[in-house]
This record gives sequence, structure tokens and C-alpha cells, in this order.
Amino acid sequence: METARPPASASALAAFFVVLAALTALGFAAISWLPVVASEHGPGVDRTIVYILVVTGVLFLVGHAVLAGFVWRYSRGGTPEYRPLSPKVEWSWALLPVLALTVASEVGVLVIGGPAWSQIYGETPAGALEIEVVGKQFEWLVRYPGKDGRFGRTAAELVHDVRNPVGLDKKDPAASDDVVLRGALHLPEGRPVVVRLRSLDVLHSFAIPELRVKQDIVPGHLGRTQFRPVRAGSYELACAELCGLGHYRMSGKVVVEPAPEFERWLREQAGWFE
Amino acid sequence: MIESSGHEGGHEAPRGFLRRYVFSTDHKVIGIQYFLTAVVMALVATVLAMLIRVQLAWPEKAVVAPETYVSLVTMHGTLMVFFVVSLALVSGFGNFLIPLHVGARDMAYPFLNMLSFWVIVPGCVLMLASFLVEGGAAAAGWTAYPPLSALGKAVPGSGLGQTLWLLAMALFIASFTMGGLNYVTTIVNCRTRGMSMMRLPLVVWTFLISAVLGLLSFPALTAAAILLLLDRHAGTSFYLPAGLVFGNETLPHQGGTPLLFQHLFWFLGHPEVYVLVLPALGIGFEVIAAFARRPPFGYRLSVYSILVIAVLSMIVWGHHMFVSGMNPYLGKYFSIVTVLITVPFSVLGLNLIASLWRGRIRLDAAMLFALGLVSAIGIGGLGGLYLGTATSDLYFHDSYFVVGHFHFTIGTVTFFGIYAGTYYWFPKMFGRRMDEGLGRVHFWLTVTSLFPMFLLMHYQGLGGLLRRTYDPTVYAYNAAARGLNLSITLLAFGLGAGQIVFLVNLFRSMFAGERTGENPWQATTLEWTTESPAPHGNWRREVPSAHRSPYEYGRNGGAEDFVLQSAEKA
Amino acid sequence: MNGNGATLATRPAPLGLLGVLATVGMLFAAFTAAYLVRRTAADWRPVALPAIAWANVAVLVSSGAAVEAARRTGRGPWLLAGLGLGVAFLGGQLLAWRDLAGRGVFLATGPHGSFLYVLSAVHGAHVLAGLGALAYAGARPAALGTASAFWHFVGGIWLYVLVVVSVL
Ligand code: HEM
Ligand SMILES: [Cu+2]
Ligand SMILES: [Cu+2]
Repeated sequence: METARPPASASALAAFFVVLAALTALGFAAISWLPVVASEHGPGVDRTIVYILVVTGVLFLVGHAVLAGFVWRYSRGGTPEYRPLSPKVEWSWALLPVLALTVASEVGVLVIGGPAWSQIYGETPAGALEIEVVGKQFEWLVRYPGKDGRFGRTAAELVHDVRNPVGLDKKDPAASDDVVLRGALHLPEGRPVVVRLRSLDVLHSFAIPELRVKQDIVPGHLGRTQFRPVRAGSYELACAELCGLGHYRMSGKVVVEPAPEFERWLREQAGWFE
Repeated sequence: MIESSGHEGGHEAPRGFLRRYVFSTDHKVIGIQYFLTAVVMALVATVLAMLIRVQLAWPEKAVVAPETYVSLVTMHGTLMVFFVVSLALVSGFGNFLIPLHVGARDMAYPFLNMLSFWVIVPGCVLMLASFLVEGGAAAAGWTAYPPLSALGKAVPGSGLGQTLWLLAMALFIASFTMGGLNYVTTIVNCRTRGMSMMRLPLVVWTFLISAVLGLLSFPALTAAAILLLLDRHAGTSFYLPAGLVFGNETLPHQGGTPLLFQHLFWFLGHPEVYVLVLPALGIGFEVIAAFARRPPFGYRLSVYSILVIAVLSMIVWGHHMFVSGMNPYLGKYFSIVTVLITVPFSVLGLNLIASLWRGRIRLDAAMLFALGLVSAIGIGGLGGLYLGTATSDLYFHDSYFVVGHFHFTIGTVTFFGIYAGTYYWFPKMFGRRMDEGLGRVHFWLTVTSLFPMFLLMHYQGLGGLLRRTYDPTVYAYNAAARGLNLSITLLAFGLGAGQIVFLVNLFRSMFAGERTGENPWQATTLEWTTESPAPHGNWRREVPSAHRSPYEYGRNGGAEDFVLQSAEKA
Repeated sequence: MNGNGATLATRPAPLGLLGVLATVGMLFAAFTAAYLVRRTAADWRPVALPAIAWANVAVLVSSGAAVEAARRTGRGPWLLAGLGLGVAFLGGQLLAWRDLAGRGVFLATGPHGSFLYVLSAVHGAHVLAGLGALAYAGARPAALGTASAFWHFVGGIWLYVLVVVSVL
């Protein structure tokens, strides 16, 4: 009963799988979708992504090629045989994917991805600039410690949209020179930055795609994240966690500038109570 | 309470329309009731999806308001996961198939079964009613994270809408728990003579493991929901910390932690993915075996893989929280175990592919969808690696990559399982066949729109487009990614149109499809040993016994190339 | 169950019961997890348990003993006694709530108190279910084994809850 050619539907399906896989892979390989990368750990993140792209790309292409090949080849009739496998054959057949995937996936987590993960969550490098970012519906507030280098006390009861957006306590001497800005973040190029993260209301997520930074902000917790911007330029700050109807417009600006310019800019900023 | 109340002896069908088709205890009727309920909910959820897509394609026209958009996304996700896929696939097919497959006349607890269906109906009504209340439907995402979901001040949908959402979910959980109890007891205790566990059709294994996972993981959501309700309405502070400020006013809550909810939610949420995906894979195995005329490759291997997946799925929930501020070592642990899930999944996927080897494939509509399912499980499974690897998830978290990924897994794999199962078992449900030509049209319209659509979303994620954003043009960096939005929306319309073909086919075939006999596909499992549609009590004669493996295809060559599982050994 | 007796086993009750116990057990495990997380917050102030709590335990334990006696002897009065003690336990729990409220501990007063209310309410719901099962078993003695097992489990859960809320 075997025929020379498979029915048209089998050829069509096989072709569909092949074309789908090829075009998908092409779309990943030929177009650089990732935004520019402007932080020290960023290339480590990108490397992890590319590693997984290659591994999954190979599996994806081979898998679809085999699937298409089988559909095409075994739609031509023929007489299948009933031949259950012995457990031994089954297990030895399974060994290959088990080993290959265990190794490939754990290499991605530990060897390729591990270093960048440690950079982000490891020890804070010396000489880091510490700033604070406060998320609230639907706005970013940024606080610099001011000339004394210390963040003043804040309290939720003191928060006022207009007069005191982060709730600075006037009575604390350390607070008077704290610089509070709305929606814009200035950072020095090449210097590590530690960001203290606070939320006034709901969950937000502090995300700077071009710096490969993303860290949720959980109300009630003082969060933190660290990175080192290495390319001067203007980037976008986004909220990456649904925070309400204005979530989509909770954007901000990140200006990375050479250290001297940053210092000059910082000196020009007046404290909130000055 | 737990006494079984099966049919003692007689298999007389109950008389009267109400007892037969509405308040029926017959598992087949209940299965079909679930299925049709899911169809109704799917219509709603799909309309919501189309509205989402319209807004995203033409954000400048502001077709919907921002607060409506968040409600649309929330309700689309909730309905699809819990009230469409769970109902159609797990409750619908599970009820219909399990007794037929294991050789029982009904579920272990038929009354409980009826109850489970009639508990979900008010659940559906509450969910739908929440669109009409003040503030609109829930708007905190299908994940309902507090504080957003806890405070009416945070978003309009967190008023009455969110309360109805929680109550409807409670009804859903109650219904699903009753169903799960029935599945486990029926599969383990009500098998016919000779039906050893290793002779169960694979789809029954997947229903069993899915039910066990559900029983063990849903209580976490129950607890989470109870505490959330209290935070919302009784002034407690389980999730709400001190110092929340809305409109210059500080709320009196203190000490709660929002992360607690996330842990509880995902302790359910991740296993729930497998609760849905495993039965779809099981259907894939059944259909591929019947249409490739080969026993599925590696039966034991598949069973063990399913068990491994089940165990792993309970200990990986933290991968949804890599960037939540959890301890980085904990993050690493979750990452290491999460990516291991790829291993049993790839074994299952390869077994599905290898089942075609040396077969004699017939590409009927059911088989087309089963093969599409194999492709989708590949794409979804591999996509999981990007998100399970903590370092890359840092970039992909809450982006459209995630949206693309879970639409392949809990969206496509499950829907293709449902479609393959519908074309395959329709004769057993209604004694008629679905139209094959329309089935093919449905398949081709579906794959040519669905695959590109959700694949493009992966590119969007790579380009940094964030999910749950009403108007992505606020940002400049995502220009390339959001440029795909119009194409995706057009594809979504195509996909929606394709599903109309299915609906027409479904309802037309119920009344006008070609009549079929007992075993239209020359398949081997026990449901094909009774007439179509299967009568009340499933077999008019004695319940068949199992005498061999469920998949003796390719036995003799020629036309009769199979041996029924109930055939005695020579 | 199947008319022709072709099934492997005809008593699904033990397994169904096991499923119920597993899912109820997981529910209380989830609450325990929540409790352990929540108690690390700065505002955690332990509330003294109502004195009647331990008397309630005694009532619940004796109810369990009575039900057990009913199961072994098959005598109705034992079952009635078990049921009555079960109802008395619920009454005692209400008194315990009154005690808490009398001391100014309401549902939203503090986290420990919140958990006391929530856990006893959720447990009380299961007690109600257990009472229903026992009553059903009164009418259908075949169900007594299952109902009593559930009843002991519910009793055990309450001991467990008390240990959690008083020790941790
Ligand atoms: C008709 C085809 C479908 C289309 C066009 C579609 C489209 C979308 C889009 C665009 C989003 C993201 C919206 C946003 O983040 O702003 C979304 C979210 C979602 N979809 Fe679908 N979807 C479809 C079918 C499904 C199916 C079959 C499922 C099955 C489970 C599903 C489950 C979800 C879930 C869980 C979410 C997340 C909701 C949230 O973020 O809270 N969708 N869908
Ligand atoms: Cu946001
Ligand atoms: Cu997960």
C-alpha cells in the first residue's frame, strides 16, 4: 500500500513546520531586537540570552525538521508493525535527551548566567553612588543624599503630592539638603550605583531596559539594586509591574553623563527644603 | 459524605429532560455541560482579547479607557485559564473520558460530580457580572497581586469587581476540588478487571497526575484568597504594610507583606500550568497513536516523565519572582530546579515525535491539531528556558516574551489538545462526525495565524516591550518591538475568524453530522467498544475487561491493523 | 459499584477520604506558611489564648473518643454523644471569640489575633462538615468509618493549629 508520494496535506504540513521553524530562527538571528546595552553587567545578561538562543535554536530547528520529515515520510501508507520497546531500550533512548538537556540548561544557569547574577546581587563595589528611587502611582521620585552624603528620615504621614512627595522629615538635619527630583535620574558614567527602592502605594518595578536593570519595588520593604552604567547617554526608566490604570505612562528618564558633568549637575541641585 | 453512590446494578437512564440533561449525574453529560460552558466563556474571553489587540494596534485612538484596558487584560487571562481551558480540558474531557477509559459505568461519586458542575455555574455568572458593577471588573492582573488587588483606592477594578473575582475563584476551586477527588478515586479504584495502572491510556495518567497536583496546590490559593478578602473588607494586614499613601492619606494598615501573596499564588500558579498542559499532552498521545497506527513511543518513559514533572512543578514556583527582591541564593535554587523541567518535557516531546516513526499517518483534523500541539510544546518548552534562567529572566520578566511564552504553553498546547480531542471524541459524544473539510480549514486558518502571532510576541519581548501596557508609544526604546503590534492584531483577527469555522462545525455536526458506528477511527481503547453516543452506564452489555496494552496498533497489517484493549489473548 | 462487579475495587471511600485529607492538610499548611512569614514582622505581638481554648480541646478529644466508641461498638448513643460534644466544641469556640473580643482583640487588631480568628473559623467550617458527615453516618452506618476518620483528622488539625499559634 505504500505510495511514492505522500498526500498533499502531508506535504503541506511538513512544509509548514519547516518554513515556520526557519523563519522564526531567521527572525531571531537576522534582526537585533535587543536595545543597546549600557551597563557593565548588561553584556553578561545578553550573553546568557544569546547562549539560550543558540541552544534552543538548534533544538527547535532539529525538532521541527524531524517532525516534518516524519510527517512527510510516514504519510505514504506502509504497514506499521507492533513492536513495543523493552524497558532497556526505552531507558537508553531517554539517556541522550536527559543528559543533553541537563547539561545545556544548567550551563546556562550556572556557567553563563552565574557571573552576571553575582554582579547584580553580589557585594557592592567600593565607591558606589547611593541614591533612592521612590515609586508611586504613576510617577518616579528620585532622591540624592545631598552634600552631607546621608539620607534624611522620611515618614509616610509627611507625604504630600506637591509639598513633600517622598515625605522628608524637616526635623532631621540630614534631610534638609536631600535632593528630590521628579521623573529623572542622573548617573555618573563608569561609577557603580546602588539604588535604594521604596514604594509609597502598590508594587512597581524599577526597569531600565537599556541597562538590563529590573527590580520590583515592594511596599513595606526597602529594596535595592546595583549596576554600573558604562555608556553616557539618555535612557528610559520604565515601570515593569502592573500598578494601576496609569501603569503604562509611569516612565522616567535616566541621564548617564561623564563623572565631572554629573558632579557639576549635582552641585547645582538645591535641597528640597533649601 | 464520602460514600459512593453509583448505579447499583441497573443502567437505566433517568427519565425527564431535567434529570437527563440538566441535573444529570452521568459523567458524559456533565463533561459535555462543562465543555459547552467553556465555549460560552471562551467567546467572552476572545472578545476581550480582540479589544486588547485593537487598543494595542491603534493606541492613539484610545478605543478603550486605561482602566478598562487593565480590566480587559485581567479578565481575559482569568477567564481563559480558569473558566475556559480548565473547564473544557480538565473538567470537560476529564469527566467524559475517565470512566470510559478505565472501564467504569460512571465516576466514583456521581452526585459530587453533578454538584461540582453546578458550583461552577454561579462562578461563571459572578465573573461575568463583575463587568457590570461600579468600578468595573477586577483590574489587578490574573495574578491579583496586592496591594493593587486589596485596595479600592488603588484601581477602580479593585472595588466590588475584585470581590466578585475572589468569590468566583472560590467557587471555581471548590468545583475543581470535587472534580479532582472524583478523578483520583475513579482512576485508582474503579478500573475494570485487568486494567492495571500500566495499562491505562496515557491520557488517563495525565488526568490522574493533573488531579493530584490540583488537590495539593489549589489550597494555597484558597488560603491566599481568604486572607486577601479579609485585608480588603475586614481591615486586617496580612499583605498590607505600614505607610501606604493614597491621595496624601496614610492607610492604617501595618506589618503585612505583599510578597506573601505572591508565594502563595505561585505555589498554586505554577502547578496549575501542568494541571492544564499535561492532559493536553495526554490527548496528543491518544490521537497520535490512533492516527499513526503505532503504540506511543516509550509508554513507561512517558509515565515516569509525567511523574517527574509533577514533583518538580511543586518546588519551582519562585521562578515567577526572580526580580521580586527575593534572596539571590534562593533565586539561584529556583533557577537550577526550574530549568530541569525541560528534561522530562523534552522526553515527552521526543516521545510524541518518535511515535510517528514508521507509522502510517492519516492526517485527519484531529491528527493535524495533535501535530500542531507537538510543535507548540516544543516552542513553549524551549521558551521556558529563557524565563527559568534567572539571569535572562531579569530582562524578560513582565515583557511580551512572557506573554508569547505562556500563550504557547497554556494557550496553544491546551487549545490544540481541546481541538484534537473534540474532533477525535465527537463521535463518542454525539454519535456523529464533525465535518472533515471544515476541520481542515479550521486547522489551517488557526496555525497560519496563531503561530506567527505568538512568535512575534517573543520578538517583542526581546525588544523590551512590557506587558500590561495600555499605550506602548510612551516609550521610545521599544519602537521596533511595538512596530509589530499592527501585524499581531491582524493575525489575531484571522485567528478569531478561524474559530468561527470551528463553532459552526461543532454545532452543525451535533445535529447534522454524518452518523458513525462504535469505532470510527479503528482505535483500541475501551471507549470504542461501546456504541456512539455511549449510553447511560456506558456499556449496555457487561463492562469490558482489559486484556492487553491500550495501544495495539499495527498488529496484523491490512485493514484490521489493531486489536481492542478488551480483546482476549488467544 | 459497577453492576457486574467487574471493577478492581469497589470501595473508593478510603482513597476519596485520603484526597480530602490531603487537600485540607495543604490548606492548613498554606496558612501555617503564611503565619510563619507574617510573624517575622515588627508589629507581631502574641495574644494570650483564651483560657477556654484548652477546655475546648478536651471537648473535641472526648468527642473523638465517643465517635471512636460508636465506630467500634456500632451503638447510636455514642454517636449522638460525639455529635453533641462536637456542637459543644463549636459553642466553646464562639466563647473563645467572645473572650478575645472582651480583651479588645478583634479581627483586625493585630496579626496574631487575626490568625486566631481566621484559623479557628476555617477550622470551624471543617468541623461543620465533619458534623454533617457524622450525622449522615447516623443514617447510613456504612459511612461511619469514613466519617469518623475525617472527624479524627479535624480534631488532629485543631491540636496542630493550637500548637502553631501558641508555640510559634
Ligand atoms: C484568541 C487568542 C488570544 C489573543 C489574541 C490573546 C492576546 C493576549 C494579549 C495581547 C495579552 C497581553 C495583554 C497585556 O499584557 O497587555 C494576553 C494576556 C493573557 N492571555 Fe491571552 N490571548 C489569546 C488567547 C489566550 C488563551 C487561549 C489563553 C489561555 C490560557 C490566554 C491567557 C492569557 C493570560 C493568562 C494573560 C495574562 C493576563 C494578565 O497579564 O493578567 N490567552 N492575551
Ligand atoms: Cu507600574
Ligand atoms: Cu511557573
